[in-house]
Amino acid sequence: MPQMFTPSPTLEATGPSTMTLNMGPQHPSTHGVLRLLLEIDGETVVRLMPDIGFLHTGIEKTCEAKFYQQAVPLTDRIDYLCPLTNNLCYVLAVERLLGLEIPPRAQWLRVMLNELTRINSHLVWLGTHALDIGAMSVFLYCFREREDTLRIFEMVSGQRMMTSYFRIGGLALEPPLGMFDTVRKFVNRFPSRVDEYENLLTANPIWLRRTKGVAYLAPEDAIALGATGPTLRASGVDIDLRRDMPYTGYEKFQFKVPISHDGDVFARYIVRVEELRESNEIVRQTLEGVPEGPIKADAPKIVLPDREKMKTQMEALIYHFKIVTEGFPVPAGEVYQAVESPRGEMGYYVVSDGSPKPYRVHVRAPSFANLQALETMCKGRLIADVVAAIGSIDIVLGEVDR
Amino acid sequence: MPLAPAITDLDQLKERPALARLLAWNPDAVEAAKLDRDELTIVVKRPAIREACAILRDDGKLQFNFLCDITCVDWYPNEPRFEVVYHLLSVPRQQRLRLKVRLAGDDPSLESITSVWPSANFFEREIYDLFGVRFSGHPNLRRIMMPEDWEGHPLRKDYPVEGYR
Repeated sequence: MPQMFTPSPTLEATGPSTMTLNMGPQHPSTHGVLRLLLEIDGETVVRLMPDIGFLHTGIEKTCEAKFYQQAVPLTDRIDYLCPLTNNLCYVLAVERLLGLEIPPRAQWLRVMLNELTRINSHLVWLGTHALDIGAMSVFLYCFREREDTLRIFEMVSGQRMMTSYFRIGGLALEPPLGMFDTVRKFVNRFPSRVDEYENLLTANPIWLRRTKGVAYLAPEDAIALGATGPTLRASGVDIDLRRDMPYTGYEKFQFKVPISHDGDVFARYIVRVEELRESNEIVRQTLEGVPEGPIKADAPKIVLPDREKMKTQMEALIYHFKIVTEGFPVPAGEVYQAVESPRGEMGYYVVSDGSPKPYRVHVRAPSFANLQALETMCKGRLIADVVAAIGSIDIVLGEVDR
Repeated sequence: MPLAPAITDLDQLKERPALARLLAWNPDAVEAAKLDRDELTIVVKRPAIREACAILRDDGKLQFNFLCDITCVDWYPNEPRFEVVYHLLSVPRQQRLRLKVRLAGDDPSLESITSVWPSANFFEREIYDLFGVRFSGHPNLRRIMMPEDWEGHPLRKDYPVEGYR
């Protein structure tokens, strides 16, 4: 008889008083399809083993069969809460392979939209994390503002989630009229909305009992286990790639990098809420004096021509045809480009062999690495704290499994 | 911004602190080096990788204390077929470094660095799963993305994009 079920990892109880517990993959608090195998002694977690791969779609393999520009929409699907950050990281890597200079207007818009993406992602995190712990109403407040950011993405790209707005060499389109006014209205309103969330949570005694001192991660453990982003900064390690290794013009903007030394769920909450405010300040700065000029690099063999030119000029039509049908060759070499995504260090390692298709695209997904810290956080704690710990590292399973 | 040509001459690069440290430790461990697009790559011989990582991590001046990423590239049908690629980051100095190990297609195995950085655990499992490269000394070398009874290693270049039919 053929075997009907795939053998999956199992966990055996090791002690006389322990038992094993399966959590997920269909569990509302695992933020997707994460399966956890727990060994518990009473209600205390003795061992924890994540089982992942349920969402593995082979994006890295698919990229190898596409032209460089065709891989941009695939990067959206890796992390559906911050598609623009994925777009940004990939196009920066390819632009470095090509040695392409990006006009300042495109860089400013990239920073603006990237920070709005961070706000979007953190809002979803805050809402669902609070929902996990039992604070239902925060979810409704967060999704109200998230809707505003999604409308802005829809204005610029025509899509709410899978935007693919950043292209190799610049942006897809000039942002529409009225977009900056919409962003300005959002930026002016948003700080008071963050106050609302904090009113609901920061001094809430139930919230404090559920988060303070829970899922502690020491700084040396965080570094050894490869945690990045707010998870690392909440443990007191002060690194933010936007400030320390700037890319796409972040050095032009002033912002603080919130850190905390407590290393618990509450510290991660505070760090992310402060990041919401700082991101809002960066967006405000980008609104002041967006440079005029083109939004695409002057590289006709790489960047698609404007629609208007394509229909009136023969050269533009030829370039358009060649880029769409043959792609463009990229000089051989390799690049590791890292950006600070809402979840941590997102890195794209792109290898070129000189052909129009990437030889290898590897994604260093921050959630994938952060997930390894989960066992250290949860050992010796109660099962209920596992839910708080998963929420606090903000995993996106699309990115973990790719 | 035209691209500067890559520097692959060891003599020109030996002033770089990371390379100088490895050469001072064991000149035979370094196979090649390359500086391309402002990224330094050091190709380390297979037996030396774990110790090289430990030295780069513990050196007081270099402080490459953070392992960002491990991945692999399949150069099929060329030999050596596999390149295992390590990306290190120094959090205090904000510097990056890439280490590489080249592996022959008939014996894709090397030493695990989980004893240096526990974070290597998932990355090495992923490479084992998708490329079939074995890491000796890994605590739990099992498939991580694909089901455990899956045949083949999908990211190898001789594995078709649509899978086997």
